[in-house]
Amino acid sequence: MANALEMKQICKYFSGVRANYNVNLTVRQGEVHALLGENGAGKSTLMNILYGLYSPTSGEIYLNGEKVDITSPEKAIKLGIGMVHQHFMLVPALSVIENVVLGMNETKGPMLDLASASKRLTDLAKQYNMELDPNAKVSQLTVGQQQRLEILKALYRGAKLFIFDEPTAVLTPQEVDELFNMFKLLTSEGKTIIFITHKLPEVMTICDRCTVLRLGEVTATVDIANTNRQELATLMVGKPVELVYEKAEMDPAKQTAILKIEHLQTAAAEGVKALKDINLEIKSGEIIGIAGVDGNGQSELVDCITGLLPVQSGTISIDGQDLTNASPKKVLEAHVSHIPADRLARGVLVAMDMSENVLLMNTKRPDFNKGIFLQWNKIHEYTDEIIKKYNVKTPSREELMQNLSGGNQQKIVLGREIERSPRLLIAMHPARGLDIGATSFVQQNIVDERDRGAAVLLVSTELEEIQALSDRIAVMFEGQIMGIVPPDTPIHEISMMMAGIHYEDIQKENAG
Amino acid sequence: MLDTIVNFINTDIRMMMPILIAAMGLVYSERAGILNIGAEGIMLIGSFAGYVGAVYSGSPWVGILAALISGGLVGILFAFLTITLQADQTVVGAAMNIFGLGLSTTLNRVIFGVNANMPKANAFSTIQIPVLSDLPIVGELLFQYNILVYLAILFLLILHIVMFRTKLGLKVRAVGENPRACDTLGINVYRVRYGAVIFSTAMCGIAGAYMSIAQLSMFSENMVSGRGYIALSAVVFGKYSPLGTLIAGLVFGAGQALQVKMAALQTNFPDELLQAIPYLLTIFALVGVVGKSVSPAAETIPYDKD
Repeated sequence: MANALEMKQICKYFSGVRANYNVNLTVRQGEVHALLGENGAGKSTLMNILYGLYSPTSGEIYLNGEKVDITSPEKAIKLGIGMVHQHFMLVPALSVIENVVLGMNETKGPMLDLASASKRLTDLAKQYNMELDPNAKVSQLTVGQQQRLEILKALYRGAKLFIFDEPTAVLTPQEVDELFNMFKLLTSEGKTIIFITHKLPEVMTICDRCTVLRLGEVTATVDIANTNRQELATLMVGKPVELVYEKAEMDPAKQTAILKIEHLQTAAAEGVKALKDINLEIKSGEIIGIAGVDGNGQSELVDCITGLLPVQSGTISIDGQDLTNASPKKVLEAHVSHIPADRLARGVLVAMDMSENVLLMNTKRPDFNKGIFLQWNKIHEYTDEIIKKYNVKTPSREELMQNLSGGNQQKIVLGREIERSPRLLIAMHPARGLDIGATSFVQQNIVDERDRGAAVLLVSTELEEIQALSDRIAVMFEGQIMGIVPPDTPIHEISMMMAGIHYEDIQKENAG
Repeated sequence: MLDTIVNFINTDIRMMMPILIAAMGLVYSERAGILNIGAEGIMLIGSFAGYVGAVYSGSPWVGILAALISGGLVGILFAFLTITLQADQTVVGAAMNIFGLGLSTTLNRVIFGVNANMPKANAFSTIQIPVLSDLPIVGELLFQYNILVYLAILFLLILHIVMFRTKLGLKVRAVGENPRACDTLGINVYRVRYGAVIFSTAMCGIAGAYMSIAQLSMFSENMVSGRGYIALSAVVFGKYSPLGTLIAGLVFGAGQALQVKMAALQTNFPDELLQAIPYLLTIFALVGVVGKSVSPAAETIPYDKD
């Protein structure tokens, strides 16, 4: 069968910096082709070239054997290319149908013809087993629905070649399954999919072939049937990668309870899940992984511990000190470190440089102060230490946080929090949005903290991460803990708990 | 009693016009993501240009044309600074106010002198429609205005339909919410924003001219005296819809009409308090008394294609 797409010798430079170099990409019609690579490997740049958002410095593009010149997204759309961006390109304040016809010529006389467009959209949605109310506001849609709308938008414009830019990053496991079913449906109709990702299990599950990019260059194009995860990881990172972690053996006699939560309850409010009778204990040298679909009370639990959300009843204590409804300052003083879920909102100040960000958690350190003046030379030294120890890639410590990649931002947060030698480390989605290299670095550091004797509360929606790191797994659903189980518990049992079934009931089922 | 009410509404509508004309233009630029707090200064330039045009040509229509063009030219400058050069909209807008006040005052003194008797412009006058204008109550309520009032209301309805029922209006609303999304769909964000800004400043120009050659037949320094700001409030109060600005205009116009009527009654009620009404209403609008008025998500944020 003909190749749906050939990109030949594509080079792209941004003011002298090389983003793509002699990239060759061949995608067959009807396949799911993975574009695998670390953050900054040039995957998105390549796809933005294909979609007409960037123009290549040199190179040629062939669609179905014909040479094309894609100078704008408009042109790409006309050529049957549809792109589902990582950050959805939707207008939340507008309705579903308005988003669909935006930029199209769906008019009747001088007026927009939303009625017939709605009908066409509904028919199209039915054809692909999707449901979307054309008149709903986009801001009311769930993330999964918004992604479906993006797919429909492309289908509505007659797309035959789909680009998905890290589509699973924002989805729950169930939604990922639905998305992959959609992939199968689309390819069964002869449509072609390019799937940008850095998640290896997904590549192995859904893709036919895979092109791996590293530092802007193609390292290999392989058939998935003839490869394995370890090989892909090595191609992607350029050196063998640790996919499992060695954890030190702990002597139970020496482990002491650090975090103790008893009968914790909170009130529900708009956008806030109520917590119901949470009981949890984390010992020193132990990682407790909180599994669950996003929005089932995980962030509320963390906020209660860190003093950001008022507790209604129950107690929280750390090292025997009662910290129920204590101020965040008090909690920090009890040697609690926190790697927040939303790095940009809570972890760093993007408009400040690295030293200033490191200083934030350490303003009271005696060696950083002399009278009312900050000792900047000491602070700079300390920052340089963190940059070196945590392998942060940055031109200098004067660099503003916003100019760093997500992985390097996270390493600064990690360094700042871990260097405080916490008794309790709370890490929420610590690897979210990070590439495989940064992920393994962050995870290794979390394991090291455990081995040092810290208690670790790890919250993640990635079951794989939870299972790889945790000593025990607590599954949350609707503000409750469904059960606390060992990490080798079968995945389907954990999934059942994530869907709201108590562990005791699962065991009864198994027994009976 | 009924006479008093009818007469009050008539005054309300007359007072509302400069605010409404400016606001219906500003709705478009704000929806497209550009906040132009320089409306006041541009209205002043318009009121002077309108006056000059009407005086030298003898026709108020030429005055309107002059106001429209001068407003549009300032709009091109504003758009170039804020869209192409991505300068801070608030700072440029503030500069526009100072520029408008300075330019209109200076040119006025250069052309007409400081204390000289200014020539009276040939202004728009109330049109008397046979029979209709003489009807009791209805006549005063609906048929005793100048031609611009009718044109403006008609245009307002058209603008409302364009905003919510046409492709162009959808583009305007979308670029003010998520310009990058528009870019990926092949819409030229810069072009839509330039268009919306120039249209809105042309409307501000006309709104200014309305004061000098329809309400009065004279230009005086700083005669817009805050109506540009009130027009900006009317956009918020009217929840960023053209029809909404009509309601906002009527409310703010009523404040000014009250001021006029109270002054005529020579009560001891402090004038300053009445002048504050539109601003108080704006604060109420902003804190959600009229229901939530949500500004476009990308308003005041320059769009950078790369």
